Amino acid sequence: MKPAPFTYHRARDIDDATRLLSRLTDDGGDPRVLAGGQSLVAMMNYRLARPGHLIDIGRLTTLRGLRTGEDGALHIGALTTHHAVETAPDAVLAPGFTVLRDAMRWVGHLPIRTRGTVGGSLAHADATAEWCLLAVLLDAVIVAQGPAGVRHIEAGDFFHGHYTTALGPDELLTEVVFPRPAPRAALTEFAPRHGDFATVSAAVDLDVAGDGHTVRGGRVALGGVAATPVRVPAAEAVLARGGTAGPELASAVARAAAGAVDPPADAEYRRGLARTLVERAVRQAVAR
Amino acid sequence: MTETTHRPAGQQLLGLTVNGERREVLAESRRTLVDVLRHDLGLTGTHVGCEHGICGACTVLVDGAPARACLMFAAQAEGCEIRTVEALGEGPDGRELGDLQQAFTEHHALQCGFCTPGFLMLAEGLLSERPDATKEEIREVVAANLCRCTGYQTIVEAVDACAARRRAATPTPSEEDSCS
Ligand SMILES: Cc1cc2nc3c(=O)[nH]c(=O)nc-3n(C[C@H](O)[C@H](O)[C@H](O)COP(=O)(O)OP(=O)(O)OC[C@H]3O[C@@H](n4cnc5c(N)ncnc54)[C@H](O)[C@@H]3O)c2cc1C
Ligand code: FES
Ligand code: FES
Repeated sequence: MKPAPFTYHRARDIDDATRLLSRLTDDGGDPRVLAGGQSLVAMMNYRLARPGHLIDIGRLTTLRGLRTGEDGALHIGALTTHHAVETAPDAVLAPGFTVLRDAMRWVGHLPIRTRGTVGGSLAHADATAEWCLLAVLLDAVIVAQGPAGVRHIEAGDFFHGHYTTALGPDELLTEVVFPRPAPRAALTEFAPRHGDFATVSAAVDLDVAGDGHTVRGGRVALGGVAATPVRVPAAEAVLARGGTAGPELASAVARAAAGAVDPPADAEYRRGLARTLVERAVRQAVAR
Repeated sequence: MTETTHRPAGQQLLGLTVNGERREVLAESRRTLVDVLRHDLGLTGTHVGCEHGICGACTVLVDGAPARACLMFAAQAEGCEIRTVEALGEGPDGRELGDLQQAFTEHHALQCGFCTPGFLMLAEGLLSERPDATKEEIREVVAANLCRCTGYQTIVEAVDACAARRRAATPTPSEEDSCS
């Protein structure tokens, strides 16, 4: 199908974009930000979305790229494509953040990743999108700019449900900040066909002692078991008790994770997937 | 083809660079790149199937990188270099098959041919970024597009053969930068 008519605006800079957004929102013009278009244009072609105005931010090059702050945090501009992260050299994407680069192979396919953006994924907020899961796992901070100024939103507060977030209708997502390196983190998932959105996805971030094999704690997050990606405290409690990194620990964490989630649909199946995937993710994280 | 019979509100004049040529079109903002290529510019080599990013029949190169032309409004393509399957031809009038197309023919990488322009542009984009792509990498990348006839094996072999031939022709392998 073809999209419904709309008015196209090309934003000159961030202020231009937020001004347009707030004016058109106030006028009831139903504006939407257009980034990579890999979700929005598909939805418009289907007429699942019929915005009155599109504000194309594709030319805002200041929103593009990766930068490491003085405190070691990784800042990723909203317009950075999945493919740019996938191909970022170590000089730009510090080795402690390799989990982000490795996760990109799960995001759609190459022609989707060359245009789809990090900010677009977060703003779109699909329950199994890799960026949303990584943000929740690693306590990322989402930076939004609107007429009232700049807001910093914790990933834990950002995702409200299927395709709904804390972003206001007149706010632009400008950047996501991953506050600290996660050298022992891994993400894995299951989809019926590689490249599709995951049925269930799992990610873990282990805190491993200097000896390289004693686990002192860590985090576990799952996608596809609720309306948003979720942390799994029951599984994290198993990690917090500590132990030697190995198959027993991996399966204990996985059992706890599967027992703690209550997927709204296909519950048994998704619990089974959660268990397998958490176990796999722990093993991969240990092997890093 | 390019005659405009009516001008609904929202039409805009777009300047596009397609296969190295500057082209101007008057189109509604909701016109996708694939529709402008086919309907306004008459470049019907690029096919269109699902219109939601799944099949890959519409794949073209945008600044050298493979992209779905059905998931882009033509207005977004202003200022970008667009390459379509029509650019792969060689010879004085561009009517001879290029090396990648030749490899597809030799390896029987097409049957009905509906998917072929998309696969060609996908492979062209892949090989320009990663001339040393392994067969496994090629297999993973071509999974982006749908072919209901060939079973993919012959497509992988054609791309791999073309890559090998290009490598043999350029003795010093060069790392090409990807467009950001
Ligand atoms: C075939 C296919 C397979 C895919 N598979 C996956 C997958 O496995 N995993 C996955 O994560 N994704 C997948 N995607 C989606 C892809 O990752 C998109 O890139 C992503 O969901 C949206 O990013 P975008 O830049 O394309 O955003 P757009 O489509 O341009 O926008 C999406 C939404 O976010 C809003 N938005 C975008 N940027 C901003 C901003 N800076 N500030 C405020 N609002 C903004 C838009 O208004 C819109 O509502 C797939 C897409 C396709 C077509
Ligand atoms: S027509 Fe564009 S991906 Fe199918
Ligand atoms: S050759 Fe028929 S779909 Fe690929």
